[in-house]
Amino acid sequence: MELNLQELNATEFPVPTELENNIAITSLSQLYNWGRRNSMWPMLFGLACCAIEMIATASSRFDFSRFGFEVMRATPRQADLMIVSGTVTKKMVVPIVRLYNQMPEPKYVLAMGACASGGGPFKEGYNVVSGMDKYLPVDVYVPGCPPTPQALLYGMIALQRKIDGQSIANGDDVPWYGVGTAEATPVPVLGPDIIDPRQMDMIRRQAEASARDLDRLGGRELPAATQLVAAKVETRETAAEAEPIDDDALSFVLPAGAAPWAEAEDIREKRRLRALARKALRASRRAAAVEEG
Amino acid sequence: MYGTGLAKGLMLTLRHFVESYVDDVRYGFRKYHHSTDNFGIRQGTKTKGVITVQYPDEKIAVPERFRFVPFLIIEDEDHPTRAGKDWCTSCGICAKVCPPQCIWIVRGNDPDTGRPVPEPEAFFIDIDICMNCGFCAEYCPFDAIKMDHDYELASYDRTTHHIHDKERLSKPNSYWRSIAPTRAYDEMLVRGTWEHKDAAKEARRGAASARGSAPQPAAQTEAETASAPAAAAEAPAATSEATAASAEGATPWSEDEAKREERRRKALERKAKRAARRGQ
Amino acid sequence: MVAPALDPEVQTNSTTIEGAIDYLVSARPDAVSPDSRDGYEGIIVAAGQLLEIARMIRDDLGFDYLSSATAVDYLGEGDHMEMVYHAYRTSGGGALVFKAQTDREQAEIPSLTSVWRGADFQEREAWDLYGIRFAGHPNLKRILMWEGFHGHPMRKDWREAYYEEEQKPFDSRWPGGHVHRSEEKNVFGKNVAYPPDIDLGRLMDTSETAVYQSLGLGVDVERIMDKDGFETNELVVNMGPHHPSTHGVFRMVLTVDGETVTSLAPVMGYLHRNHEKIGERNTYLHNIPFTDRLDYISSMGNNHGYVLAVEQLMSLGRRYNEPTYRCEALRVMMVELSRIVNHLWAIGFWLNDIGAFFTPVLYFIQERERILDFFEAVAGSRMMCNYMRFGGLFGDLPERIKSVSNLTNDRVRDYNTMQFLTEMINERIPRTIDELELLLTQNEILIERSMGVGVLSRDDAINFSAAGPLLRGSGVAYDIRRAEPYSIYPELDFDVAVEDEGDMYARYRVRVTELRESVRILRQILPRLEATKGESIWADGKPGAYAPRVPLGEAYGRVENGKGELGYYIVSAGGRNGSMNPWRYHVRAPSFINLTPMGVMCHGHKVADIVGILGSIDIVLGETDR
Repeated sequence: MELNLQELNATEFPVPTELENNIAITSLSQLYNWGRRNSMWPMLFGLACCAIEMIATASSRFDFSRFGFEVMRATPRQADLMIVSGTVTKKMVVPIVRLYNQMPEPKYVLAMGACASGGGPFKEGYNVVSGMDKYLPVDVYVPGCPPTPQALLYGMIALQRKIDGQSIANGDDVPWYGVGTAEATPVPVLGPDIIDPRQMDMIRRQAEASARDLDRLGGRELPAATQLVAAKVETRETAAEAEPIDDDALSFVLPAGAAPWAEAEDIREKRRLRALARKALRASRRAAAVEEG
Repeated sequence: MYGTGLAKGLMLTLRHFVESYVDDVRYGFRKYHHSTDNFGIRQGTKTKGVITVQYPDEKIAVPERFRFVPFLIIEDEDHPTRAGKDWCTSCGICAKVCPPQCIWIVRGNDPDTGRPVPEPEAFFIDIDICMNCGFCAEYCPFDAIKMDHDYELASYDRTTHHIHDKERLSKPNSYWRSIAPTRAYDEMLVRGTWEHKDAAKEARRGAASARGSAPQPAAQTEAETASAPAAAAEAPAATSEATAASAEGATPWSEDEAKREERRRKALERKAKRAARRGQ
Repeated sequence: MVAPALDPEVQTNSTTIEGAIDYLVSARPDAVSPDSRDGYEGIIVAAGQLLEIARMIRDDLGFDYLSSATAVDYLGEGDHMEMVYHAYRTSGGGALVFKAQTDREQAEIPSLTSVWRGADFQEREAWDLYGIRFAGHPNLKRILMWEGFHGHPMRKDWREAYYEEEQKPFDSRWPGGHVHRSEEKNVFGKNVAYPPDIDLGRLMDTSETAVYQSLGLGVDVERIMDKDGFETNELVVNMGPHHPSTHGVFRMVLTVDGETVTSLAPVMGYLHRNHEKIGERNTYLHNIPFTDRLDYISSMGNNHGYVLAVEQLMSLGRRYNEPTYRCEALRVMMVELSRIVNHLWAIGFWLNDIGAFFTPVLYFIQERERILDFFEAVAGSRMMCNYMRFGGLFGDLPERIKSVSNLTNDRVRDYNTMQFLTEMINERIPRTIDELELLLTQNEILIERSMGVGVLSRDDAINFSAAGPLLRGSGVAYDIRRAEPYSIYPELDFDVAVEDEGDMYARYRVRVTELRESVRILRQILPRLEATKGESIWADGKPGAYAPRVPLGEAYGRVENGKGELGYYIVSAGGRNGSMNPWRYHVRAPSFINLTPMGVMCHGHKVADIVGILGSIDIVLGETDR
């Protein structure tokens, strides 16, 4: 027992010396998480096709109330979970970010379906945002087009699992106990195209550069030279959650600070080499098998 | 009388309320027990209304034609000759018919000859773009890409999980046969064999060439690859060279090497002819 | 059914389409010429006389229903813009197609809103996406994109941020298909020209006047918003795009005097997913699963309209086989099942809107689950069926609806398909419809709530190009399955549902009748399926090619979908042998055009009725915004 408590106390949370061995922080986290995970109220908010499957999930046959996603609230003020169910268009992302800002913390975002995760089949469209995570931190992605009700339920259970793994002791898990109110996500602006205010400086620089080039070239299409390499880096920084960058050649995230084109080439080269190595391995295995057989 | 319509409607809701317990009573406490076979009845047309599926404890098994994200078929590990080999020949048809263009294929090249080999070097599917339409599986001439039935794919991170590479996509043939037995059987009927088209072709060719000057009627509808070595063993040794060849013929790829060389030579000849014609 | 009074002389020789064209050409040789391009039909009208000719077409020839008006950009194929109009007679028959051409740079065409008010939104769409100005349009503002958006995106020379190639399949996918995410290649969209003096402060003006101003509402916001004048009689109320009763991301801006609505303007585009731009890059086959996502409640109907349109074009070519009888029967069965799904869904959510929260809708969509189970077993997906192909289908009915256990805790079901169908069609669906009627039809609250609300008169319904239950609820017996029959509908026995009142209750009655008629059709389909058992669904016994070439020409395929007339206007241009990608792919979406009379229907009603009226139109945003 003594040993067990020692383990439980081994957190970065400062425990007064006189209280050592008397506090079990994990248990409190569990209690807290249990309460939160079982009263996740989603916002009544449907975007596209996936919304229909979300309604099917809420209706009697699948019934997500069984997991405490009790009732859908039409107002963001009463909602804990935003299920982004469908294609996020540039025109719609403005209200969505605004709604997200109005949700009280703790709040979670579940990207339902291919469109909300990464643009989906409509990604190439001119009015489509390629992924909700461009603007909001997404907790769970549910692939599928559309995900079946069971797939959505699986995603929602995955969200509950994620909450289970959180700890009060860890300030990153429960930032809403930090100082003051959370900073609102800047609401995108509809200009000539969608504009993320966080990228405004860059856009201005690009506009100036392109105006110069337009004068010179007299064309609408901008030459490749004006593609700002720096742009890449900054979007990644402004992405709501900084992704841990994997050095693995198969990772599809470009390391920050690198010129994207060169890096992409590099990654491709690595990937190709790996594929070749795998192939050689297979060939040698085959040869070995021949020798044995 | 005013209000009768309302009352009738209320009676209906009451009936629904009562009926919602009828089925529970019928199956008593066994209702969610997996050993009872009442699931099919409760989720079928016989029952009234609709009954909740207790999702993580009981899941509706999806029908055979169900389509979620695609996967690639590879040979089973215990396959005698082609263990772990792709069914995919990187012909690129799936990438062409894919409506949102979410399939990327790197066609493999033979490092020596520089000619394409029928095997993808890399294969990617971006499931954030995939619309689960099933065209790739429908139009694949080699039955090498299929729609998976595993819909439990939710993840916390899309950057690393949502582009499926070849390793992630590959699943053994036996998996496909287990999730869609009827369809796999139908496909077998069309192909004429349980084997991959190329394997069957090779087997036939291997058998025929091993028999050499004494061709047998090739009535091998099943054309198991395993029959190739057997046939080679049966073949009479005409010359010492032929014996060596047939002994090696037990290993299909060395046999194939010669064939390939032959084909390549012919192709080069044809190419030279074409070039000459163009030159004129 | 009274057609507008025709000049007797005209009537004798212009009852056919050819007769009408001859009449127009001979009456106005200066303005009208037959469209002689290969594979095209109808007439080309000089843009200057368009208004005049349109009046002749409507009044003298009796083509009183403007089904579709859309623009085509013939860049590189003649370098002009073209507006294409499809007019029909509500007494039935084929289309009179007339076109007006204009220069690409100074695109301007007279507006037809004074002849057909149904052209209103469609012309706004053409302005938004193609940049054609419509002289005389009362409110020519962008409708799907926002004011201030850079350029007119459907023009052939306009390119998206993630533009890769003009046509699919893209070369980068195979054989050197190194995966990339397009956003990594083009973060900002280099095609967008930002003005050098771009000012975020100006763009971020979120004052209420600014929010409403740029929408093109037809609502005089400035006057109402004028704080100094103390005008408090009228208020501007915004509903949506996030609102529980707008059936998706739809927005309405109303001005109210107390509780009474004085004007209403729909604002849309919040789900504008660029179906048409993507569709013109896709091959013909690629578009089938995209059509699923238009009206995502009834994807089978969307498939049907599209394959009919492409089959019309393909039938001009040599390599084309008519679908077999079994194929047609299966198509009709699937479409009727999805019509049932659609109407159950529509009625259920309409009741949600008028206050019967969730009980009815939960009862009705129970039956939907069974139908979706059937779709899943036959076509592979619950909602996005992707079932029909050109000249055939994805597959015949499976012998058994059977599943195999794959995941942990999977429970297996196994039914005989025909038995499942028979029980569903003969027992379950009729029982649900009976319950629906028992619950609602005589319900006094429902009657008082919906009778006399949201009235659309007969003439208005036709003039506004309303379609589906909205049109038939206003006393126009116009159902495409009868007016211009397709597939095997001519030999099926069913009645066209029609009600005269034109209010919400009439539309509800139409839907209930259509549910019953659909069951009647399905009951006729079952023996046909039994009789054709074993017959191939493909005329030549094998599935169609994956990249069919479609001959040059234009086609307008339309079907009666659950929500109304769903039309696909397809132009095939390009090489001499036809093309693999449509040059123009336009969807005439009933949900979109049915919203045109929304303002008229809501005028004078209370705010609480607005959502009910919207629910009784039955829109789905995937189709409204495309």
